[in-house]
Amino acid sequence: MDRIPILRLGRVLLASIQQELTDDIALALQQDLTEMAAAGADGVIIDISGVDVVDSFLARVLSEIAAAARMLAGETVVAGMRPSVAITLVEMGLSLRGLRTARSLSDALSALGLGEARIQGRS
Amino acid sequence: MTAVGSGRSGAAVVAEVLDARREQLAQQWADLPLFRTVYTSGRDAAVTAAHRLVDTLADVAHGERVEDTTVPALDRIRPHLAQTINARTRAGCSSPQFTAEVAELKTPLMAIVAQELTDEDRYSGLLAAAALMGTLRLVVMEILLNQGDDIIDRQRQQLLEVSTPIIKLWDRVIAVPLIGTLDSARTQVVMETLLDAIVDQHAAVAILDITGVPLVDTVVAQYLMKTAMAVRLMGAECVISGIRPQIAQTIVQLGIDLGDIKTRATLADALAWALEQAGARIASKE
Amino acid sequence: MSPEAVTRLPVTSDVQISGARHAVREAAIAAGFSLVEQTKLVTAASELARNTLVHGGGGHMEITTLGRDQRGIRLTFTDSGPGIPDVAAALSDGYTTGQGLGLGLGGARRLVNEFAIDTGPGRGTTVTVASWPRGARRVTL
Ligand SMILES: Nc1ncnc2c1ncn2[C@@H]1O[C@H](COP(=O)(O)OP(=O)(O)O)[C@@H](O)[C@H]1O
Ligand SMILES: [Mg+2]
Repeated sequence: MDRIPILRLGRVLLASIQQELTDDIALALQQDLTEMAAAGADGVIIDISGVDVVDSFLARVLSEIAAAARMLAGETVVAGMRPSVAITLVEMGLSLRGLRTARSLSDALSALGLGEARIQGRS
Repeated sequence: MTAVGSGRSGAAVVAEVLDARREQLAQQWADLPLFRTVYTSGRDAAVTAAHRLVDTLADVAHGERVEDTTVPALDRIRPHLAQTINARTRAGCSSPQFTAEVAELKTPLMAIVAQELTDEDRYSGLLAAAALMGTLRLVVMEILLNQGDDIIDRQRQQLLEVSTPIIKLWDRVIAVPLIGTLDSARTQVVMETLLDAIVDQHAAVAILDITGVPLVDTVVAQYLMKTAMAVRLMGAECVISGIRPQIAQTIVQLGIDLGDIKTRATLADALAWALEQAGARIASKE
Repeated sequence: MSPEAVTRLPVTSDVQISGARHAVREAAIAAGFSLVEQTKLVTAASELARNTLVHGGGGHMEITTLGRDQRGIRLTFTDSGPGIPDVAAALSDGYTTGQGLGLGLGGARRLVNEFAIDTGPGRGTTVTVASWPRGARRVTL
């Protein structure tokens, strides 16, 4: 099983999902993010621009990551949802209440109070 | 009707003729406009296609159901007929013209049937052959009708798309003025067009202006909520503007809860709010 | 050539749920579904395949293309698990006997054109759904 890599950008954790998500990989991501958040972070960004299906299982995983992160590390921002995924979630009746969303990675960083300049400065 | 002659059914004798004279009939059909105009690459392809049609009709006749357009044997040629119709339509052939071309297939078949059969079988055989060709024509008309529906549907869809313009009001602020009644199909188009525009234009705020929507009931409110929720999932803010006093009243009276969706009386108010947001965002970046 | 082409896939592990999603996506593309229509059907399939695995103890999925013009898709999810004693409750939003959100069955029903469920205590469960792309002729399940 390939785990999803988690990057640390200063005090923000970034996971970018670029691969097919099996349930096991999603659960491993939840575990890894929660552990890293507990070790110290101010926010979490999950980039789902590469995800073509979000079902209620993945929705639950995302909500649980956000709930745990809120206790340990502050806000979680889900970035880059595709239009087809957003429409499907709404038709299904899943509104992901309580999750912050952002159009893009850079919007997510500004939402967490980190400008683009700052990441560029660090990379 | 009962056969007068040999006691065999008309369908059975036609089936025999089709089997015995398969080659002759296919060769004759291949020269008719229906096949000749479609298979321009060569006569072989036209003959192959004609064989397929002869064999299918023989199967139908063997099954005795010469008047039944739903027999599974006919399903084998439906895709080919549909392709042929497409090709002919593209070449400018009209539906009546196409049906006439199909009707032309009847003459060689009737001639062969009349010639092959003995006096006692001829009458019932000709009747069955005519019925079989009638069935083929019905199948063709059915396909033509379905394709007509597809075309009408495509045009309706295109109309919906052009009647949903997305306006860029400001950097990262877009608006869609909704005019007329909102139904489920329209809502789907609005949602898709709006969300695609959010991606293309990196919009941070999307304004749904309902000034031109005559009636807001629970169903329409539901559509608006869905659209607003989808916009939010994409990471943009949604504002509904153009809520006339009368509409506000209806919404309250119907007990509709718009949740935490932002509403403004006019498009200008919504834009002012959007700019304020953008301003706040710029300030926080510094 | 039969007018109905059927593909059958096992659903006995979480990797096979991904496999089911891929197979449904391919069928939907071949049948001319728009991106949104594909995503709705694939998401419904993901929910139902997971139910087959998690609640039904594993089973299989069948993909059938429908109609003379092969533009509709029917999906059947079958298991011989415990069955659902109260279908109405299972279909209602938020109802779960496990750790899920309880939105799988109800959500899947809202994402497809037709939905049918055949189940009962001790009888296993079969869920059948069907969808058509915009503008396609429909035949019933
Ligand atoms: N294939 C199945 N076999 C047995 N029970 C099922 C099956 N599918 C659904 N159920 C029952 O219906 C309930 C609701 O299903 P669903 O809406 O998908 O929510 P969730 O899977 O999140 O629990 C499940 O908790 C389970 O009790
Ligand atoms: Mg479920």
